[in-house]
Amino acid sequence: MKKYIASRIGYMLFTFLIIVTFTFFLMQTLPGSPFNDERLSETQKEVLNERYGLNEPLSVQYFKYLGNITKGDFGVSFQFDGRSVSSIIGERIGVSAILGAQSLVVGMILGLFLGIIAALRHNTFIDYGAMVVAVLGLSIPNFVLAGLLQYWVGVRLGWLPVAFWEGFEYSILPTIALAAFVVATMARFMRTEMLDVLGNEYITTARAKGIKEHTVILKHGLRNAMIPIITILGPLTVSLMTGTLVVEKIFSVPGLGEQFVKSILTNDYPVIMGVTLFYSLLFIIVILIVDLLYGVIDPRIRLSGGGRREGK
Amino acid sequence: MMGKILSVDDLHISFDTYDGEVRAVRGVTFDLYKGETLAVVGESGSGKSVMSKSIMGLIPKPSGRIVNGTITYQDRDITKMSNKEIRGLRGSEISIIFQDPMSSLNPTMTINNQILEGILAHQKITRKEAEKKVISLLELVGISNASERVKQYPHQFSGGMQQRVVIAMALACNPAILIADEPTTALDVTVQAQVLELLKDIQKKMDTSIIFITHDLGVVANIADRVAVMYAGKVVEIGRTDEVFYNPQHPYTKGLLAAMPDLTIDQEELQTIPGSPPNLLYPPPGDAFALRNEQALKIDFLHEPPMFKVSETHSAATWLLHEKASKVTKLLEEKQQLEKAISDQVPKKEIGKEKILEVKDLKQHFKGGKNSVIKAVDGLSFDIYEGETFGLVGESGCGKSTTGRTLVRLYDATSGEVFFKGVDIHKKNALNLNKDIQMIFQDPYSSLNPRWTVADIIAEGMDIHGLYTSKANRMEKVYELLKTVGLAEEHANRYPHEFSGGQRQRIGIARALAVDPKFIIADEPISALDVSIQAQITNLLKKLQKEKNLTYLFIAHDLSMVKYISDRVGVMYQGKLVEVAASDELYDNPLHPYTKSLLSAIPVPDPEVEKKRIRIPKGKWTIDSEEYKLREITEGHWVACTEDEVDSYRTKSDAPAVLV
Amino acid sequence: MKVNEYELTDDLFEESGKAFEEKRITSRPSSTFMKDSWLRLRKNKGAFTGLILIILIMFLAAFGPYMNSHGFDEQDLTRTNLPPKVPVLENLSFLGVSGVDIRGTDQYAAKEVPDYYWFGTDDLGRDLWTRIWQGTRISLYIAFLAATLDLVIGVAYGSISAYYGGRIDNVMQRIIEVLMGIPNLIVVILLILILKPGIMSITLAMVITGWVSMARIVRGQVLKLKGQEFVLASRTLGAKDKNLIWGHLIPNSLGPIIITTMFTIPTAIFTEAFLSFIGLGLQPPIASLGMIVNDGFKMLKIYPHMLMFSSVIISLIMISFNLLGDGLRDSFDPKMKK
Repeated sequence: MKKYIASRIGYMLFTFLIIVTFTFFLMQTLPGSPFNDERLSETQKEVLNERYGLNEPLSVQYFKYLGNITKGDFGVSFQFDGRSVSSIIGERIGVSAILGAQSLVVGMILGLFLGIIAALRHNTFIDYGAMVVAVLGLSIPNFVLAGLLQYWVGVRLGWLPVAFWEGFEYSILPTIALAAFVVATMARFMRTEMLDVLGNEYITTARAKGIKEHTVILKHGLRNAMIPIITILGPLTVSLMTGTLVVEKIFSVPGLGEQFVKSILTNDYPVIMGVTLFYSLLFIIVILIVDLLYGVIDPRIRLSGGGRREGK
Repeated sequence: MMGKILSVDDLHISFDTYDGEVRAVRGVTFDLYKGETLAVVGESGSGKSVMSKSIMGLIPKPSGRIVNGTITYQDRDITKMSNKEIRGLRGSEISIIFQDPMSSLNPTMTINNQILEGILAHQKITRKEAEKKVISLLELVGISNASERVKQYPHQFSGGMQQRVVIAMALACNPAILIADEPTTALDVTVQAQVLELLKDIQKKMDTSIIFITHDLGVVANIADRVAVMYAGKVVEIGRTDEVFYNPQHPYTKGLLAAMPDLTIDQEELQTIPGSPPNLLYPPPGDAFALRNEQALKIDFLHEPPMFKVSETHSAATWLLHEKASKVTKLLEEKQQLEKAISDQVPKKEIGKEKILEVKDLKQHFKGGKNSVIKAVDGLSFDIYEGETFGLVGESGCGKSTTGRTLVRLYDATSGEVFFKGVDIHKKNALNLNKDIQMIFQDPYSSLNPRWTVADIIAEGMDIHGLYTSKANRMEKVYELLKTVGLAEEHANRYPHEFSGGQRQRIGIARALAVDPKFIIADEPISALDVSIQAQITNLLKKLQKEKNLTYLFIAHDLSMVKYISDRVGVMYQGKLVEVAASDELYDNPLHPYTKSLLSAIPVPDPEVEKKRIRIPKGKWTIDSEEYKLREITEGHWVACTEDEVDSYRTKSDAPAVLV
Repeated sequence: MKVNEYELTDDLFEESGKAFEEKRITSRPSSTFMKDSWLRLRKNKGAFTGLILIILIMFLAAFGPYMNSHGFDEQDLTRTNLPPKVPVLENLSFLGVSGVDIRGTDQYAAKEVPDYYWFGTDDLGRDLWTRIWQGTRISLYIAFLAATLDLVIGVAYGSISAYYGGRIDNVMQRIIEVLMGIPNLIVVILLILILKPGIMSITLAMVITGWVSMARIVRGQVLKLKGQEFVLASRTLGAKDKNLIWGHLIPNSLGPIIITTMFTIPTAIFTEAFLSFIGLGLQPPIASLGMIVNDGFKMLKIYPHMLMFSSVIISLIMISFNLLGDGLRDSFDPKMKK
């Protein structure tokens, strides 16, 4: 087991190194950065180059970059003169984290519920209804949903604020827009897993023991169906990250996503790279946690010390 | 006989499927008495499993439903009970054991918790007391170190041990009735023998009534007091075990018994039942078996036969027992005797002296997990003579299938030599080898490409080797092969999913024959088939051998079929051959302790023999030393042993046979 | 003796003399695997609806822009921000296609425009009907191109990895594992930053990480098939690698491959729209569906029609591909869920 954890962490570091290297060399090739702006005079350029260490050989720059990143230093923003990227991330991440966590929790609970009742009422109208919701949630792009919510609930009905972040009611529409995908993914996944598990012979065996039906469903069915749910945490994290970019922009939520989109529009490369690296790190950590959790929860893996089941 | 404990009366169960209503059980009636074992025998799809599940109210809903009939237990009709009432019975009064122990156990729950919940559901005792009971139950079913193992998860137990756990779970509340649904089918013979003994032992101790569902007549003879034979959703014959085995009345029972090879005598050809069971989507009128019964009476096609009493305890549903049929029965008996006399006269076949295959110290090792090596085949040496059938037997994991696959070079051997007609196959042009040596596979469902037509499947080898002159010639050859294996021309354009298991196996045989091979490796070719179909395929293989002078390597775990079809047999254990001898010699006079224990574990479809059976436990012997290899004890009888042991085996081999 | 109601005459108790006949199966027309799947798909209402919608949308994307006389880039500042107006349907006011905007003024009358703009016009006076179908065409083009590239790379990579196994498989799997650890959105954004946004660069950026899921599915499928007895049988008959891969392995993996592609297409459409939305989309004058949606947001509160039509169409595309994918999964292989 220890060996397994060590190898997973090794993978994680290696992947991150690749991403860091990739972003570093990207920075070098980027066109249109403020450093080679035509309006700058030669001396101004030199001062900038001096200040950002751009005169040194590439390899030195690379290792300096690596060193800085391990210290949590992602460089300095072009846009906000002199502000460090990490401080920008630090300032902005709180709002995005609240929004993300809120959507994840709401979405997972609703999705679980929908998925389970769909499986238990397989091939009834409840099942079909839940699956229609799931297909819609999966298909309607988050910006479309956000736009619709903003227009109908916010503008036409005027029930909820349509922009900014000044209290709980401001978070409701963005949360719904983000949670829809989570609900849909979760409901579909839970339904299939649950149907799969309920078809197993050990469920029949449990029934044959004469224990109550809800005990059979909860103790034998749900528990086994829940194990693979962990694996969709990875894709869900990605969808929330992408989602926050769009939803924060639409609802003018002052989160990291909104900043990221702004930075893209203003070619603020240090911030783009910094946020990119931050997102990658977050994703890699989630994947690692998923891998490790899977081993802990499933005794078949915990006790044989192997990795995740093949194909999952 | 003691009191009735359960009676099933005119039970009908149907399933609603995509294609329509499948009438899985069509009027089953029987009684179960206290303390007895009633075996329910039948082929797949005969409705035996569905029937047994209905006793516990476990028919999958909403697709399945009980259409008609009653199941009376303690004066109450189970079919009319509420869910809550049935729950009260399940596990406490009636318990069930399923075929595959691995899937019957919840993989993420400890053994303790799984047994515990059953006890706590029905008995008002504290958790502590219940936990003690779990441990004593595990000890009862023969799990050593129970207090430790109870904390473990199912995957930490071997298959046999898992089945013991399942049995312990079923016995938790001392049920009056235990339903065992093919409980030993997934197990090896030696493990099967242990589980059967355990069940008998428990029955004696607890006076449980057992309904034992199986397709294996040997197991029935071993364990049952009474037998019910099911066919197409009906009980066609029921009676005491000796009555049904020695005096079968229904043509299906007769056919089934005759299709089993008899270990005690030599037979040239097995009697077979043609065709396969009817589709219960459209159950035939009259006697459902009439379509496959060449001696069927006219009435069999018109009216369903009622149960006729043969004796107080024995009855069968066949018009042959009607008083008006007495003339015909006499006629039929005479006919059968005549046929038997003819078939007994067939001369023994001649086997050539020419070695067709020589295997020398063959090893096949696979990489296991980290740095471990699995020695699947570990130093095999044997010869196969032209025209003979060499049987290779052993339990699962002994390396017999790997041997077969290495011989056709599906795997490259780790070391050792294989000579085919004197030429080393590792050097020989692979294309030619693929024409001379062919293989027949086990699983009729996965051995044919579902996207290809039967003609393309059969012609694949001819396509590869260019064995035809024109398209018409190709089809001609395909038609001829279809005829050879007992199929019709119009089958050529069909796809595999349209065929039954037995027919698919015939297609597989035709594919192998297409390249005109000399030597065929048959890897468990009949073990996935029903008894009546097994005999058809075995006969086909024998017929082809005679017609085409083929040599077979017949790999199987079913020792009775191996004995029947093989001239010589090799017994494998942990990648090594432990004994090789002519098949009669091996069965009459086994020498190696492993062979002895294996043979003593196979149940034979003969209740008299089964009553006298003494199982010999697996002995201990050294296997790893260099000295330990196959040595000839008497002419043609080889046993793996050390130099010192040879003499002791020689003296023993003079002694008369102990077994069978 | 009488049993039940019928009479048992003596002649019934004679041998029937019928010899056993192997059941002929000619009664049913022969069906191939594909035909079976098609029949099952036809019965799946959701999937069939999806299929029809896709065909309809593809038809409109191909011919829609030519259905009226307006060019997709024809600007006319005298007729900007017109709400939709459709002949005949304009008389049914609740449909909202009568040329009246949300404040209740008939813009067509106010601006004295005699033409009909079925989806209205945008802030530059361009016909939205033409632009939307033009955009759909480009979005679908990008999606199909990306899906095809994913398919080719994924099938090749996955089948090679699984078929040859051993060390080759090991190395190839490690590469995939690293790629899986990188959030693909990040790669796409970074790549678009260096390559200028354009149809090719957007497609490429999506393919760079997109093929991985196809490769994994094909690998899993081939690994499973490789051990099947019909493949072993083919090998004992002396079949070459080429025969095995093209005759046995790929045809039997077709189901999962098609299904995966059906799910790649909506993902690609979404990614493209998403990129447009965060400012990394195609450059004008080319417009994709995502760009039009993005433009629509600018004047959402006053001229909602600009957003409505484009978002409904992009949602419909996503829904219909998802429905079709689900249906195909059920009809090809009921066991391959998730």
